[in-house]
Amino acid sequence: MSPVKKKTNSEDYLRMYRQMVRIRVFEDNANQLYLSAKMPGLTHMYSGEEAVAVGICEALRVSDKITSTHRGHGHCVAKGARFKEMFCELLGREEGYCRGKGGSMHIADQSNGNLGANAIVGGSMGIATGSALRAKLQGSDDVTVCFFGDGATAQGLLYEVMNMAALWKLPVIYACENNGYSEYTKTEEIAAGSIVARAEAFGIESFRVDGQDVLAVNDLAQKLVGRARRGEGPFFIELVTYRYHGHHVGDINRDYYRSKEEEAIWKERRDPIVNFGKWLTDEGVASAKELQAIEEEVRADAKAAVEYALAARYPEAAEVDMHVYAATDPDTLRPGA
Amino acid sequence: MRNITLSQAVNEALAEEMRRDPTVFIIGEDVAEAGTPFKVLSGLVEEFGTQRVIDTPISEPGFMGIAVGAAMTGARPVVDLMFGDFIFLIMDQLCNQAAKTHYMSGGKLSVPLVLRTNLGATRRSAAQHSQSLHALVAHIPGLKVALPSSAYEAKGLMKTAIRDNNPVVIFEDKLMYSDKAPVPDEEYLIPFGQAEIKRAGKDITLVATSSMVQVCEKAADILAAENISAEVIDPRTIVPLDEETLVNSAKKTSRVIVVDEGHQSYGITGEIASRINEKAFYHLDAPVLRMGAMDVPVPFSPVLEDLTVPTPEAVVEKARKLVSGEMIHAA
Repeated sequence: MSPVKKKTNSEDYLRMYRQMVRIRVFEDNANQLYLSAKMPGLTHMYSGEEAVAVGICEALRVSDKITSTHRGHGHCVAKGARFKEMFCELLGREEGYCRGKGGSMHIADQSNGNLGANAIVGGSMGIATGSALRAKLQGSDDVTVCFFGDGATAQGLLYEVMNMAALWKLPVIYACENNGYSEYTKTEEIAAGSIVARAEAFGIESFRVDGQDVLAVNDLAQKLVGRARRGEGPFFIELVTYRYHGHHVGDINRDYYRSKEEEAIWKERRDPIVNFGKWLTDEGVASAKELQAIEEEVRADAKAAVEYALAARYPEAAEVDMHVYAATDPDTLRPGA
Repeated sequence: MRNITLSQAVNEALAEEMRRDPTVFIIGEDVAEAGTPFKVLSGLVEEFGTQRVIDTPISEPGFMGIAVGAAMTGARPVVDLMFGDFIFLIMDQLCNQAAKTHYMSGGKLSVPLVLRTNLGATRRSAAQHSQSLHALVAHIPGLKVALPSSAYEAKGLMKTAIRDNNPVVIFEDKLMYSDKAPVPDEEYLIPFGQAEIKRAGKDITLVATSSMVQVCEKAADILAAENISAEVIDPRTIVPLDEETLVNSAKKTSRVIVVDEGHQSYGITGEIASRINEKAFYHLDAPVLRMGAMDVPVPFSPVLEDLTVPTPEAVVEKARKLVSGEMIHAA
């Protein structure tokens, strides 16, 4: 793990550990729901990238905003969402965060500042930048983090909004999760030059960090979030990470684009949860038994949430044309109002 | 009541709403000191400053996306899209993001923004600065679409659009920016989904949007001299659409032409004609006719361009045939 100064308070470490475990366990359950044909549609697993979402979101407060991606369950959990409403959403139930209307790829939790996952690759870059503009105009010191993958660096929108964010010094952090694959294609085949250098070209201070090391990610995020709050943004981070599953849950045969050996190396040597767990025990922050207890507790939570969601109500048919338009209070449309 | 231009009307609406609500801001290309190429926004940056009248680079998807994010987090941005034709550049942000956010979030997030842009040919601006593309966005659930036909509507609809909690696209007719119309001194708003009967008549209904309201009013004058009484109705917003007023008029006159400057195929005219057919069929004496822009890219040469847009004379000709019974079987 990174040689960051150990905190006197072990709560932060254990919360980070628990959050990473919660993401992994959530995804294990989501995958099972897919494989057992209990979940409609498909989904994209975050497993392997936990240290990215947790390292960054642990540096944020509730009023800070994030935008997420099609591979967004990890961001959602890390920003504070609950299992019950998340599984309900994945299963299209009324009690889901979006009343079942969004599903896995559009899960949003505005109560915790998650402005939503986005099924258009790179689709939320404008939204994140606009959220940062709003904070600045309002005089708030909230920070917005824009999560996106290496594949999304091929979208022109990123360069348009980074240009404006740099010109206007917006409190936004562009967090590029480079998991090495743009859907079914190696990133080196779709990205010319250096990803970080692209942000630097706009005069944006940019960083590259080991995305499997939650302490390194969190340490950098703490610094950058603090600086962004003081008006020193925007920033760009490339987080080097790995996607354990295929592009989506149905992408099982991956030999044509990546080897099983490569997958094994990342899973066996670089797993963010295993390595952080080892560090916690080595440093005497927690015993292996305590970490085991955390995992068991999380698994029990997830099991209960899945069972709840499977039995939960679907939305009423009358909901189908509800929420197409937001209501506008007629009183506000009167002269003098 | 004074007469002011459509430009002044829009400018007044924005200034009044910006004074009323500090979360309203304008964002787009050359909106501040330049006040846009049409000078619609002149003077606003002097009153509200560059924090609320924000000049952007030439990055339409970028500033549209930024406006969506600002709207989702509590602001009411007014996005200035210099030409309606550029709407193709922002389709993802407008149609996949802004339009769907409220629904996809189960009603938890909303996007109260206004996209101000324009339509209208015959300005000799050729195929990429002359289109009337409102049908494209009217097709997408979650967006509201307003089409002001004079300074009066431009002001009242803009004020409602800014206060509405949804993404609203307003297409102003760029040829009408210096046209004057009576506009009240006192504050007023025009509710969405309320058509206006511009002129009452009994023999034929001319449903006209935006630029075509003037065209149909002129046509109605010519028809009046021939003892044909035309009713001219301006829907003012096509989403939501005041179907009731249109259908009631059709039932009364039994003959309808729908006139709109968008391309005729798969356009607004077809949609409105269909709705009237579905709800007034037994009252009709003839098929509901459509008159839109020709299905060609807008040509540059003036002699060609003028052929592409409905004129008062063309409307009169169709109306005559409809009233005389010549067009019962063939449009």
